[in-house]
Amino acid sequence: MYSEKVMDHFANPRNVGELEGANAIGQVGNPKCGDIMKIYMRIEDDVIQDVSFKTFGCGAAIATSSISTEMVKGKTIQEALAVSNKAVTEALDGLPQEKVHCSVLAEAGIRSAIADYYERQGIDPTPIVGCGYDCESCHGH
Amino acid sequence: MSRFVYADNAATAKLSQTALDAMLPWLKEGYGNPSSVYRLGREARRALDGARDQVAAAIGAKPEEILFTGSGTEADNWAIRGLCEKLREKGRHIITSAIEHHAVSHTLEALEKQGFEVTYLSVDSCGRVSVEDVKAAIRPDTILITIMFANNEIGTIQPIAEIGAIAREHGIFFHTDAVQAAGHVPVDVGAMHIDLLALSAHKFGGPKGVGALYVRKGIKLPSFITGGGQEKGRRAGTENVAGIVGMAAALTEAVAHMDENRAKVEALRDKLIAGMLQIPAVRLTGDPVNRLPGNASFVVECVEGEAMILMLDAQGIAASSGSACSSGALDPSHVLLAIGLPHEHAHGSVRFSLGEANTEADVDYILEKMPPIAAKLRAMSPLWEERADD
Repeated sequence: MYSEKVMDHFANPRNVGELEGANAIGQVGNPKCGDIMKIYMRIEDDVIQDVSFKTFGCGAAIATSSISTEMVKGKTIQEALAVSNKAVTEALDGLPQEKVHCSVLAEAGIRSAIADYYERQGIDPTPIVGCGYDCESCHGH
Repeated sequence: MSRFVYADNAATAKLSQTALDAMLPWLKEGYGNPSSVYRLGREARRALDGARDQVAAAIGAKPEEILFTGSGTEADNWAIRGLCEKLREKGRHIITSAIEHHAVSHTLEALEKQGFEVTYLSVDSCGRVSVEDVKAAIRPDTILITIMFANNEIGTIQPIAEIGAIAREHGIFFHTDAVQAAGHVPVDVGAMHIDLLALSAHKFGGPKGVGALYVRKGIKLPSFITGGGQEKGRRAGTENVAGIVGMAAALTEAVAHMDENRAKVEALRDKLIAGMLQIPAVRLTGDPVNRLPGNASFVVECVEGEAMILMLDAQGIAASSGSACSSGALDPSHVLLAIGLPHEHAHGSVRFSLGEANTEADVDYILEKMPPIAAKLRAMSPLWEERADD
């Protein structure tokens, strides 16, 4: 059911763990939904110098978290905000239909960390990153 | 991959050698249609009759009370839909449990849309239905009580004989989904006052695609599939002769060796349970005593079930999970929620179901691989980090 790429990122997740010196931390999802992604970034000069994650979730949730950290590492904030759930899914050579929500989690995780970055500087992130991720109802679709 | 441990016998069990040997002649030279009058047909008919005798004997029934089906799910559907169709003018209330297999619960949901009313009895934290609750739920218009014999996810065995006695006392039909129980624990339709019972061949070493429905003598279910005269004209279609013969052979063998198999499998199960409970924040799900011989099911806190299953698979271990992400649903198993687990714990379920073919070395291997898997997933789980902070 999973592509080889998904299985590779699940079995050998990149950038796992907490990040020393992170200045942007986002968390999305909730335990009721069955997946939570926490993402840490170190942003300097508008560039994501380093990034890591911790995820509670299924194989697809871990794989989307892993690949999304690779997709934003070394990128500018604007480039990172342009990473869509569709791009994450495509980078993994696709996801089973019922797992597409996991890629939404990854996209939301990136936005959530960047929002935190602006908030720490007293800047309202809403005009820049949008209203973020809402998991009132699981995966909100 | 150095080792393969199959620990998902509740999903399906390996075809037994006895079943395969019994089946082969009916896939080869014995290809006659049991409805044909010439010798080849008569031989196939005799094989079916013999299989019916064997299945009946295994559950304490009479041969004419056994109907062959294409699966346990079909048998459940036929029993419940058939009885409701037959009795809809008499009453429209059905009593069931909150932890039935979807073969029953989804069938009941479909009947609710047709005007039937269903009472879903809650279960205790071990997954047990209370006999008193069954009694209290009975109404003048109750036509059917359907409670599973043993649960597929958590292994809890229900007080079937007691529930059967109450149903009989009130003149209400009692159906039980015995798909997980048949061939593994004693089933006696007479002593347990069971009116209808579903079983499935591939759960006890028979082939896939064949099941049986026991219908107590005197109850005439409407036809389920119309066509020819097979199964007394009530389930038309040429019989799966080899499959039915294989089911009967497997069930007969399972019942003949039940005590020794049970002792062996229970010892392995108990070792697995004891070892798993050594891992921090792991709990057993289901009844610690009244449980299926092979079922060892757990919740591993702060990790997600499918992730565990994939990691076990990478180590050559086949197990399963009732977690949402392994089934493609968003909500975790209704069974785990019904026993009172919070959502976040219900997402972390893992079920090992052992069989006669498993060895102590298999259990040791699972117990060697499971702690590092839990540790690896927890190391990347923000929930575990929060739990540790508490």
